[in-house]
Amino acid sequence: MTSLRSFLYRPEAGAILSLLAVTAFFVIFGGVDLATLLGAASWVNFAANLGIVAIPVGLLMIAGELDISIGAMIPAGSMATAILSGYYGLPIVVGMLGALALGALVGLVNGLLTVRTSVPSLIITLGTLVAMQGIVLSASVLLTGSASVAVTAPDWAKFLFGQLIGGSHQVTIVWWVIIAVAFAFVVHSTRYGNWIFAMGGDKVSARNAGIPTQRITIALFVLSATCAAFVGMCQAIQFNSAQVSGGMGYIFNAIVSVVVGGVLLTGGFGSVVGIFFGTITFAVVSQGIYFTDIDRNWSNLIIGAMLLIAVAMNETFRKMALSYTGKKKGAH
Amino acid sequence: MSATKSTPILAMRGVNKSFGPHDVLHDINLEVRAGEVLCLLGDNGAGKSTVIRLLSGVHRPTSGTIELDGKPVGFDNPRAASDLGIATVHQFGGTFPLMTIGRSFFVGAEPTRRWGPFKVFDRKKANAIAVKAVRDFGITRIDDGDRLVGGLSGGERQSLAIARAVHFGARVLILDEPTAALGVKQASHVLRIVNEAKRRGLAVIFITHQVTHAMAVGDHFAVLIRGAVAADFRKGQKTREEITDLMAGGEAMAELEAMIEGYAASQDGHAPQVA
Ligand SMILES: Nc1ncnc2c1ncn2[C@@H]1O[C@H](COP(=O)(O)OP(=O)(O)OP(=O)(O)O)[C@@H](O)[C@H]1O
Ligand SMILES: [Mg+2]
Repeated sequence: MTSLRSFLYRPEAGAILSLLAVTAFFVIFGGVDLATLLGAASWVNFAANLGIVAIPVGLLMIAGELDISIGAMIPAGSMATAILSGYYGLPIVVGMLGALALGALVGLVNGLLTVRTSVPSLIITLGTLVAMQGIVLSASVLLTGSASVAVTAPDWAKFLFGQLIGGSHQVTIVWWVIIAVAFAFVVHSTRYGNWIFAMGGDKVSARNAGIPTQRITIALFVLSATCAAFVGMCQAIQFNSAQVSGGMGYIFNAIVSVVVGGVLLTGGFGSVVGIFFGTITFAVVSQGIYFTDIDRNWSNLIIGAMLLIAVAMNETFRKMALSYTGKKKGAH
Repeated sequence: MSATKSTPILAMRGVNKSFGPHDVLHDINLEVRAGEVLCLLGDNGAGKSTVIRLLSGVHRPTSGTIELDGKPVGFDNPRAASDLGIATVHQFGGTFPLMTIGRSFFVGAEPTRRWGPFKVFDRKKANAIAVKAVRDFGITRIDDGDRLVGGLSGGERQSLAIARAVHFGARVLILDEPTAALGVKQASHVLRIVNEAKRRGLAVIFITHQVTHAMAVGDHFAVLIRGAVAADFRKGQKTREEITDLMAGGEAMAELEAMIEGYAASQDGHAPQVA
């Protein structure tokens, strides 16, 4: 009872409950076979690509910032890899490093603009989103004369970043788990995590407490843009080609996953485990629906409802957590 | 003269402060010594918060000096002031309501322990120290460092913030209306803690509207009226009524009292009905 109660006060409680609810709904009303759903690769692949971006986006949200430029950074990462290593035929390592460096650079610009100006990061990253879309398209057309570029990666790169495990599961799933574990460790077990939560709670007080808030903000923006470029890079290696379009859907999907994962829109509260489960929930709804008898157009309705419920639940959980008095009175 | 007990820890000498054309403080002289509580009284807009913003490094004086241990100092920012032992606790105490007691207590100064090649946040140690620090101030209801700060009562939060400041070596504690939003019982908690801080040798600057609260802890009182120190006196030199009068600007209060008495007399001793 007490352990159930303390579970409910955790930021990830909502995500885990909604995952169970959605799965139950699909099984009961959608006539889906649970084993088929669990064994399916489609939603796991979808979750892995989304999850690698959702985690750093969620951390930014915990710290009180938003990054929507990821929508342009995923195709930018693929195109950088494909142009450098495909079109110009440079070693794949150059293409990969180029993609990651481009991510780090755009993240740096986002971070610097955010800490140097008083413009909200939503607007700043909207600017870099649009600007990067333009740059990627023009650069691609200018350099290669096309909006789609082919690339062939050597076996080792294919194995690490573009492999299909068992012929169906993308190797990005492994990267997603590694990244989630690493972020969870840093956020929940080191002092840096404490700083991120403090920044989301009250940036001025955090700075007065000696936290290098500007450097942390910049670092978080660099991480999110680099993670987005990483996803793009993996996609280019896996599919042997890159397109300038695509990626916009990730903005919406990542934000929904993060909120369903229990991160407060106002910052200061959330968890990596929650974001992880929020992403799975989102993936199960949007991809798992194909396994049900339910028309797939309903998945957007479910996602919309889930988002609203999640926001309401986050608020409720937050209130409950605030009133949590620990050990029950008189239970000495 | 060396910094003995008679040297104020913190003093303002002829301080003026203007915001653009708007003069807010005029020729302020104040001092506070170790083990002493200075109560800063005054009506809304009198300039109390501005005084503490100068002392805590948020603003800089337009002219005049701030002295620490008898030597002039300038604070570039709040961090500089807190590094010199001047801690400011704001009205709602902890500013990180969604963090746990242990985590918020150590924001920016987290205790760590080795875990393999990593340095990890030592949650147990943080919780134990934070809980002990508040309990030492007499708030024994706090026993779980994993509780969120926002779940504490207003008085407990204030107490936690004060305990934190003391733990990190504050010599001067500045409290801006710490009892304003609190009920009687909660306020008395905070007042007890102010007394405990004083007993431990801290200098306390306590801002309040409530004369009763000021009289419960104050050794030294300064009344601000329209940005100037209108009265500066020690404990026992003025009665409660005199202080209340001063705060309300003297005559105004006397007039109001006369009006109420007159009204009460004409209404058979009943107070005016509130519409
Ligand atoms: N940054 C500022 N710029 C301009 N005017 C200011 C600024 N800060 C304070 N003032 C003015 O200075 C005066 C004193 O304000 P202050 O906040 O110090 O009053 P206070 O005594 O703390 O009042 P209260 O009891 O309501 O908290 C007010 O008239 C206020 O409008
Ligand atoms: Mg004030």
